[in-house]
Amino acid sequence: MTALRWVVRTLGELFITLGLLVLLFVSWQLWWTDVTANREQAATIQTLEREFRPPALEHRAADPVADPLATLTKVPFGQAFAIIRIPRFGADYARPVLQGTDHDTLTQGIGHYSGTAFPGQVGNFAVAGHRTTYGKPFSNIDLLQKGDIIVVETKTRYLVYAVDRHVIVTPDQVEVIAPVPQQPGARPKQAWLTMTACHPRYSASQRYIVFARLLKAIPRAAGLPASFMTVPKGSVG
Amino acid sequence: MYGPLWRLLPGPWPVKVILALVLVAGVVAVCFLWLFPAIAPHLPFNGNSVQTGLPLPGSAPLST
Repeated sequence: MTALRWVVRTLGELFITLGLLVLLFVSWQLWWTDVTANREQAATIQTLEREFRPPALEHRAADPVADPLATLTKVPFGQAFAIIRIPRFGADYARPVLQGTDHDTLTQGIGHYSGTAFPGQVGNFAVAGHRTTYGKPFSNIDLLQKGDIIVVETKTRYLVYAVDRHVIVTPDQVEVIAPVPQQPGARPKQAWLTMTACHPRYSASQRYIVFARLLKAIPRAAGLPASFMTVPKGSVG
Repeated sequence: MYGPLWRLLPGPWPVKVILALVLVAGVVAVCFLWLFPAIAPHLPFNGNSVQTGLPLPGSAPLST
């Protein structure tokens, strides 16, 4: 009898422990990953801003930027190379873009699909970001409206994109990141930006996709006009 | 399971309580820092990208 009682008690304690561990995991996933990822991503932004700062005047003339894409195309996997700013998400919204879209990369910021175009390049600059957890850079992707500005900042240029449209697709519909979005095989004539995030929130059964078109490419020296960073009316940020 | 563990802890009950809390904190730390980050990539709700296993037309994968 006492043996049976011991077995039942131990089993009960084990199940309670497992339940607590699952709850602990949920709080880690939904809360702690945001805490650590936001901290890391803010640090990456600071590093990038320092790197992007133009060198002192006397060095600048000696280093003309002939091809703004030359340095970008050599970015190694997992390295941050650009900053995305989206006024609709708040005036101070800034997230790093890293090369690659694997799990680890996406915990550190927005990931650039390897093999797709680079910022400002004709073709499709396609990026993925978390909708929930890990700092959730694309948490409010569903709030983006036609005409909303997305600024991609690289070492040499500001690339200003304007949102064109959105679609909701299944995860296997890779044609959204084709050089001409949704037209695989077509020859690109303009520069696109495609953002992908999971959909619905807290699920991964679908993808929420936003397409934006390049509006303007501005050399860093010219500076980004403040009008592009105006937060649209009715924004959450 | 927890009964014998409690009896294993030395000292009077206030000391046992403190030791138990330290043990719990240790378990939480191990979960947050190693266990959960290790299992998260294998869970079905963490996908954000479209499948890139297929070669994209007109694009050469960059070497990494």
